[in-house]
This record gives sequence, structure tokens and C-alpha cells, in this order.
Amino acid sequence: MNLIQNTDFDFVAADEDHRSLWQDALVRFRRNRAALISVLVLILVAIFSILGPMVSGWAAEDIDWSVIGSVDTKGKPSATHYFGTDELGRDLFTRTAIGTRISLVVGLIGALIAVFVGTLYGAIAGYFGGRIDSVMMRFVDVAMSIPYMFVLILLLVVFGRSIVLLFVGIGLVSWLDMSRIVRGQTLSIKTREFVENAVVSGVRPFFIILRHIIPNLLGIVIVYATLLVPNIILYESFISFLGLGVQEPNTSLGALISSGSSQMQYGTLWQLAFPLFFFVVTLFGFFFAGDGMRDAFDPKDRL
Amino acid sequence: MAFYIVQRILVAVPTILTLIVFSFVIMYLAPGSPFAGERPLPEATLANIEAMYGLDRPFYEQVFRYVWNVVVHFDFGPSFIYRDLSVNEIIAQGFPVTLTYGFLSFVVAVSVGVLLGVLAALHQNSWLDYLAVGVSIGAQVLPNFVMAPILVLIFTLWLGWLPGGGWQGGEWPYLIMPVIALATSFMASIARITRSSMLEVLNADFIFTVRAKGLPKRRWVLRHALKPAMLPVISYLGPTFVGLITGSVVIDIYFSTGGIGQYFVNAAINRDYSLIMGITILTGTLTVLFNLLVDIAYAWIDPRIRY
Repeated sequence: MNLIQNTDFDFVAADEDHRSLWQDALVRFRRNRAALISVLVLILVAIFSILGPMVSGWAAEDIDWSVIGSVDTKGKPSATHYFGTDELGRDLFTRTAIGTRISLVVGLIGALIAVFVGTLYGAIAGYFGGRIDSVMMRFVDVAMSIPYMFVLILLLVVFGRSIVLLFVGIGLVSWLDMSRIVRGQTLSIKTREFVENAVVSGVRPFFIILRHIIPNLLGIVIVYATLLVPNIILYESFISFLGLGVQEPNTSLGALISSGSSQMQYGTLWQLAFPLFFFVVTLFGFFFAGDGMRDAFDPKDRL
Repeated sequence: MAFYIVQRILVAVPTILTLIVFSFVIMYLAPGSPFAGERPLPEATLANIEAMYGLDRPFYEQVFRYVWNVVVHFDFGPSFIYRDLSVNEIIAQGFPVTLTYGFLSFVVAVSVGVLLGVLAALHQNSWLDYLAVGVSIGAQVLPNFVMAPILVLIFTLWLGWLPGGGWQGGEWPYLIMPVIALATSFMASIARITRSSMLEVLNADFIFTVRAKGLPKRRWVLRHALKPAMLPVISYLGPTFVGLITGSVVIDIYFSTGGIGQYFVNAAINRDYSLIMGITILTGTLTVLFNLLVDIAYAWIDPRIRY
């Protein structure tokens, strides 16, 4: 009798005082001013990338014929072109917004693909262990020692330069780190009682991975996904800078930086400055937000 | 130790072979052909050209011949686009250039990064520490393709001190900006890693002991603290190497240095299959070999590693 009362009391107390991992994380994240500001900045950047083309009144491919031939004087940032024009007389405000949008989308979708593949792969390797684990992780070791950028460019050349392949390709070369982290976590989760309980109750292994292992990995997965986004934006910009990524009339921050830097000897510095500004701000935003998330979810792993 | 080295080599060899076969298969699957132009060639001519490049043979024979040529003869075959050059000749032209500034960047990144990291850790929370941390955070968002235009803007267009591109046999004014552009972000990462691992070592008991025993500062820093603190840096050398090789493509394009990166991008645009494969395999092999060296060095320095 006494015992039952005790457990009842515990249950009630747990309900009132105990905060979940997520609530704890949220509280810690809110205290981190740099992380909060960067989330705010990222939201502003996202709004700019969505609403920008409507505000400017110019479409991405519209050419302002009045500035052609004297872009360095008439194409300056002004009331008609907030960020000036590029070397072909196209509105840079619109193009920067669209470039930012594409870079953000590539970053998010690429990270999503990498997280999906990496989590599943790492969880399977970690859960089954033994020979399956060592073969799967050996493969990751081997794949990591290859300069993936060259392989990615090779894929882009062979299967044609499409934006979908760029998304998928970048995602598929970025999941390796993720799978290592997830495997390590899975190794410790699978020894916990609730997993043993599920095994004893005869739940199938695949179902255990999906329903019991992966939900417990979500915290760390979200942290690394946030840190993955800026890296993928870097990859995409790198490839677009070389002219092998996003193709005209579409554009991305890397492509804009590339064309801006090829024009700067003519004194049209704004063509480099605005894309570069959004590039730097976006990357900083994701890095600080990711650091904040890491501190929030995993406070012992500071620095 | 010998067993460990043999084991690592046994893993490295199939990795390289897989890379060669993989890139061949990918290229084989590729739609389109380098000879498919706007005016289709007469059938007989096309057959002759395909016979010349061995493209009319069955698939397994082509794979075997390619792997055999690459592994035994170091022969990547003729280039499809540069008609009078073989892939080997192109690599022989471009690779020394890439190697020169790549090696310099590696040296700069490691030496400056380690120095900055160690000084920052020794003077934690001083202005030097804040500078090091600031630089390493800032450099995260300044990859080579951002550094290169900024450097050219400042030192070529505004100050007029340095040439904005070219190679001239590797004279030093032509080397400075490529090396800085390529090395900065890795220098910053190495500084960050060195700083945090050095801080950890400095707080360890054995450092406390040697300091209490009155060892001169130079002795305990160089002899006792630096060695264990270098382990994370050594394991970061592999990624650094990959990053430098990848970044060299941007440097070659932006500064027109004439390294293999320039050929690689041109090959990618012109679908010069044999050249892309050759460069991919070359860089991949170098990376695998470099990682092998890093693994061996790590095991040699850290006696706790035993497989």
C-alpha cells in the first residue's frame, strides 16, 4: 500500500517538476543571445528572399535597357534599382533575393537528404552491430578518404547539370559524418531498457529502429543538421562559382559572387558587395544558430 | 606496428581500385558522347574514331584495359578534347603548379595555425586569444572563392602591389595571393583545434606536475604539452589535404595559374571524359595515400593506438 502511494507521488511530482529534453533545450537556447539574434537574422533573410522580387518591381530576367553600356554609372544602386544592376542591366536586388532563395533551398534540402540517409544508415549499422556494423562503417571510412567534390562534379558532368541532381548529389556526399555520429549514439541507446523491452516483446528490428531508436536520436540529429546547412551552402556556392552548378537564368549566391568578382575591375563593386553580404550573413546565422543548438541540446560538449 | 601498417595498406589499395572502376563505370553510363556535335559525323568516321579510342570493345574489356593502363603504365589515355595531348601530358603540365602553391598553402596553414592556437591557449582570454578566436570564426565564412576576389580587390585594384593572376614560373609575387586565399580557412580551423586541445592539455595533471617541479616554460610547453595537443591537429590533416586539393580548382580558375584545376573545369564543361577521370583518380589516389601516411603518423605518435 505504502509502495503504491509512493509511486503515485513520484508520478505526480514528475509531471509537475520534470521538464523534457526539449523544454530544457528551449530554455537554454533562449538564454543564448547570439543564437537568438542569428535565428532572427535568418528569418529576415528568408523573408527578403521570398518577398524581394515582388518589392523591386523587376523580374530576374528583365533587362533595363537604359543602363546598358554604362552600367558603372547608371547601374549604381538607386531608387529604381535598390542594389544596382548586374553587367547585363538586370536588377541585382531581385537576383540577390533569388540567389539567396536558391542557396537556402539547396542548403535545407541537401541537409534533409543527408540527415535522412545518414540517420538511417548509422542507426542500422549501430543497431545490428557485429559484422554488418564493421562492413558498413568501413565503407564510410573509405568513402571519407575520397575528394567528394571531384566525384560530385563528375556526376554533374555525366548526368547533366540539373538543379535536382545538385540537391541530391550534395546531400548524398554529405551524409557520412552524420552516419558516424548517429551510429555512436545508437550504440548507447540500444542497451537501454525500453529497447530490451521491445526486443523481448518480439518487435521486429526495423520497427525498433524506426519507433524506438530514431526518435531518441532527434536532438543530436537536429543539432548536426543545423550545422550541415551552411556547409552545404558552401559546397553549392563553390560549384556555382566554378560555373558548374545552378545555370542561367537561375542563379545562386555562388554564381552571383563569381560574376560580381569578374566585373569588379570596372568599378561596379556593388555587384560583388551585395551577394557577398547575404552570403556571409546567412552562413554566420546558421553557424551561430547551430552552435546555440549544440549548447542547448548537449550542454556538456561546450567549446 | 608493422602489422598495423600492412593492414592500412591492404585497405588503401582496394579503395583506389574501386575509385578507378567507379569513375569508369560512371563515365560508361554517361548519355551522349564527346563526338556528338552539331553536325553528326559519318558513320564510318565515327566507327573509326571509336575504334581508335577502344570504345567499340565490350564493356568488361574496356574496364580491364583502362584499369590495367592506369595501374601498370600510369597511362590515362588520350584526351578527348585536346586532340594532340594525352591526359598524362596535361597532368604533367598542370600538376607541378598546383603542387607548388598547394604545398606552400599547407605549410602556411599548419605552421601559422598551430602557432596561433598555441599562443592563444597559453594566453587565454588575452587580446591575442580574442584575435585568434575572432579570426577562426570569421574565416569560417571566408572560403577560398570569397578570399580570392577580396584579396585581388585590395592588393591589385586598390593598392596595385601584386599581380591579379598568372604564374610566371612561380615567382613569389604571383604566389602570395593564391597561397593566402587557399590557406586562410584551414589555418583558422587548425588554430581553433590547436587552441582547444592545447587548453585541455594545459589543464591536465601531468602539466601541473612538471610545472610544480619547476621546469622552464619553454621545456614544458614544447616537450610535454605540445605533443599530446598535436593529436587532434594530425587527424585534421587529412581533411585539410582534401580541402586544399579541392580549393586549388578555384585558385586555378580565379588566378589563371595554369594548374590542373583549370583543366578540370574545362574538361567538365567540354565533357572530356578521360581527362576528368584522370584528374579525379589522381587526386583520389593522392588523398588515400596521404590519409594512409596520416594514420601511420598518428599511430606512431600516440602509443595508445593499437588495432
